Amino acid sequence: MLVAKSVEKSFQTSNGPLPVLRGVDLSLKSGETLALTGESGSGKSTFLHLAAGLDTIDAGTITISGTDVGTLSDAGRAELRRSRLGLVFQQFNLIPSLSVADNLAFQARLAGRLDPAWQVEITERLGLADLGARWPEQLSGGQQQRVAVGRTLAARPDLILADEPTGNLDEATGDQVLDLMLSLVAQSGAALLMVTHSDRLAARLDRRVHLRLGQLA
Amino acid sequence: MTALVFRTLLSHWRRRPFQIVTLLLGLTVATALWSAVQAVNAEARASYAAAASRLGGDQLDSFTVQGANSFDQSAYIALRRAGWEVSPMVEGRIRRADTTLRIIGFDPLTAPPQMGTGATLDADELGGFFGPGGVAFAEPDLIARLDGVDLPELRAVDGTPPRTLLMDIGAAQRLLDLDGQLTRLVSVPTATGPDPSDVTGLAFTRTPPEQGNDINALTDSFHLNLTAFGVLSFVVGLFIVYSAIGLAFEQRKPMLRTLRACGVPLARLLWVMLAELAALALIAGLAGVALGYFVAAALLPDVAATLDGLYGANVDGTLAFRPGWWAAGLAISMLGALIAAADTLWRTVHLPLLAPAQPNAWLGAQRRAMRWQIMAASLFIALAILGAALANSLIAGFALIAALMLGAALALPTLLSFALRVGAARARGPVSQWVWADGRLQLSRLSLALMALLVALSANIGVGTMVSSFRETFTGWLDQRLASEIYLTARDEAQADAILTYVAPRTTAQLPIFSTDLRWQGQQVELFGVADHATYRDNWPLIAQGPAPWDQLRARTGVLVNEQLALREGISPGDRLSLPTPSGLWALEVAAIYSDYGNPRGQLMVNVAGLTERFPDVDRLRYALRLPPGQAPDLIADLTERFDLGPQQIIDQQAIKSLSLSIFERTFTVTAALNVLTLGVAALALFTAMLTLQLMRLPAVAPLWAMGLTRAQLARIEMGRTVLLALLTGVLAIPVGLALAWVLMTIINVQAFGWRLPIFLYPLDWLRLVLLALVAAALAAALPALRLARTPPGALLRVFADER
Ligand SMILES: Nc1ncnc2c1ncn2[C@@H]1O[C@H](COP(=O)(O)OP(=O)(O)OP(=O)(O)O)[C@@H](O)[C@H]1O
Ligand SMILES: [Mg+2]
Repeated sequence: MLVAKSVEKSFQTSNGPLPVLRGVDLSLKSGETLALTGESGSGKSTFLHLAAGLDTIDAGTITISGTDVGTLSDAGRAELRRSRLGLVFQQFNLIPSLSVADNLAFQARLAGRLDPAWQVEITERLGLADLGARWPEQLSGGQQQRVAVGRTLAARPDLILADEPTGNLDEATGDQVLDLMLSLVAQSGAALLMVTHSDRLAARLDRRVHLRLGQLA
Repeated sequence: MTALVFRTLLSHWRRRPFQIVTLLLGLTVATALWSAVQAVNAEARASYAAAASRLGGDQLDSFTVQGANSFDQSAYIALRRAGWEVSPMVEGRIRRADTTLRIIGFDPLTAPPQMGTGATLDADELGGFFGPGGVAFAEPDLIARLDGVDLPELRAVDGTPPRTLLMDIGAAQRLLDLDGQLTRLVSVPTATGPDPSDVTGLAFTRTPPEQGNDINALTDSFHLNLTAFGVLSFVVGLFIVYSAIGLAFEQRKPMLRTLRACGVPLARLLWVMLAELAALALIAGLAGVALGYFVAAALLPDVAATLDGLYGANVDGTLAFRPGWWAAGLAISMLGALIAAADTLWRTVHLPLLAPAQPNAWLGAQRRAMRWQIMAASLFIALAILGAALANSLIAGFALIAALMLGAALALPTLLSFALRVGAARARGPVSQWVWADGRLQLSRLSLALMALLVALSANIGVGTMVSSFRETFTGWLDQRLASEIYLTARDEAQADAILTYVAPRTTAQLPIFSTDLRWQGQQVELFGVADHATYRDNWPLIAQGPAPWDQLRARTGVLVNEQLALREGISPGDRLSLPTPSGLWALEVAAIYSDYGNPRGQLMVNVAGLTERFPDVDRLRYALRLPPGQAPDLIADLTERFDLGPQQIIDQQAIKSLSLSIFERTFTVTAALNVLTLGVAALALFTAMLTLQLMRLPAVAPLWAMGLTRAQLARIEMGRTVLLALLTGVLAIPVGLALAWVLMTIINVQAFGWRLPIFLYPLDWLRLVLLALVAAALAAALPALRLARTPPGALLRVFADER
């Protein structure tokens, strides 16, 4: 599903180039879940952004279902995100001017895969059934995070890239959201790559890798 | 997908209705002002194009034989045979019923369509026109006066020039005793053929249509003036649109990022944004054209009065709605929206998919932008200085104004930033330090609105200075020029003699003012004959003179020239010129130049005895009467009664003065109205910019609130700073406005009207204007400040929660 080979990435800063990733190798099969851990600033988010085609890679390759992300055009990468990927961000990135229900259905609509029954099931299992008419700003952080997760799952992506989806939540809510994610992932057969700080959460996924000094350990 | 993206983008407006109202308002106002000016211009043009064609406006080339008043019509036939598309004319004057009548004979079959005299007659009217016994056309008033006089049958046609009869060439030849003779041939300017002198053996000369002093040049200058203001208002309106679109972009940035992260391609996003823009522009365009129509309808009566009073151009005071305006208005609205949104679209293309890691990156960008701005400003100011030395046409004058305004506007942010830095260096205490430093950060967002304010204020000062100086000069000049108490125009010479005899015991002087039209140096000029009298010697407004101008005039060797003719022909005192008269050329020395405001035509002044000697046929109908001032009204009443004089025939000097002044006042009413509108739009721009800023500034003020400043304090600080920036802008607008006034008065005026004006300064007006700007700024800042003072603590807290 996802294969990364000697991925390198550095950022230009005022003190010269800052190498963040220095040859990251990683692979993830369909239906598999993988935790990516590492210190703050180690480059976890950077790797996820590269995999999603949100940023450009310096060296190495990342392929998703056999497609080299680096060789795709901007439109090609957009198409990839729309049809195969699901992103869950650290900041939930809901659309403030759409209602919760519209936010939940947004990605599925965009991908042209809106399945009302699945939509209803997700909404109920995430406990959002009564919140559909509200605006995102009227939700708590945990509720917003659940909307973001629901938005991604509703579109039935092949690969979910989640950046600390529980980072803003207390332990109990975090566990709850992760439970849901794992069971829904299992149900839909998607692969999951999740960034987390927490060893406890990481332990619940199939595998875990640790990013340190720009490489996986 | 497209529909979904479109709906999602639009959902932003539903949640921020105020923003879309601002955007639509800005675009509507901009379009309205623009299309109002266009409508007024188009309407006025259409009206006097019709009037000009009636007058047989000089759009044709003339062929005359040198040294001869007329020539045999066989020359015309020879030229036609040689392939020349010429048409014959016979012109002359006859006296009937104590009136000098201008006779114009022409051939309707060969007359070019540009010859209005022919073009305005339809087929019915032409019936019975041909042949020596045919009918003649004249204005209805004239026909009433000529009742019972031995003339061809007269038919009334509205718009025929005064005291003129239009008739078939054969009839004119008989009436003027010019059987078989022509006075000139006319053709369209593009007509060609073999050398007429070779074909006919006569010394033909070809004269192009009259230029420089014709009505078109003057009205054009007025319209250029209007258009310049239209563009200015449009630009100021665009500032609003720009800031509204900029705000929407700022707020939609996270949404755009999310959309793209969810897989919406950039190209699709841009297309949808363009479509959204087009839809908004369409709505605003339609509203703008409709609003513009009402503004135009309100302005048009003033414009009509102005053109009529100043230039004698007859404009209907009513507005017809032309379908072309819709198209033009919508196009300009689209164009404006595109210009205002170009920056946003560009930023959307370059929007990083990930939120920037360095939130302070814009600081560097601001510094770069300022460097670029100050370079462009220097370039424009250099161009303006160069232009001031070289500008020699109306277009160059307006280009100079554009360079001046652009240069000043672009230099504004740097100058303000400098002023704020000086303030920051002197500030004591952390809060005041923050106030100054934060003001500089604010500048980048406010600078556009402040530029709009600068443009509006300096336009106000510039045009205001011109109007006031003109008024001052003009009033003084009227006092000099209209020194006599009563001006009298008799119906005929018999009546003139009777009146003069009757009033003799009550007047101290009776000064004849006779005049005739003259074709000189390819243009129509008026030649006046005046008496040698203290009235002129003491009062006449000379602006350049030889040693003894009035003695030269009395000796009939000198001539006075009005300023516009002198500037046009490069004449100065001491020059010699010769005037064509019925008895040959009259050599004269230019004795002086006098100012002659409000008159589009060239004018010459000679001694009246000289005039009647050289032009024995001149009408002897106009007189100026001197008498003790208090007695004028009684005498006027008495004469009106006794001699049955019309209101045009006897005029009180006081009445002329107030009439002239009112004509002049109206000239600038339109400009003044646009001026006020522009300032209002600038205030609106400032207001929307402040609102924009306030929303984006929450993150900047929230920490101060958290550190212990109250919201009310913060609101006061914000407001005070806006007023301070407006004050600095207002102070800067004074020199820019004066520079503008200088260009208007010494370049534009000379090119457009032919006279130069002395500049008078009115510091009190500036003070009032700057105060007005401060009030506008305070008003613009009040609502945002109030909203800041009322911001719920939760909103401020969210700033910390949302910090990314
Ligand atoms: N656009 C950028 N420009 C310059 N440096 C950047 C940029 N984005 C990230 N960095 C730097 O790259 C490094 C890795 O950042 P990244 O966001 O991937 O870390 P992370 O592992 O996700 O950290 P955290 O756990 O805190 O989210 C950091 O040192 C960061 O400062
Ligand atoms: Mg991260």
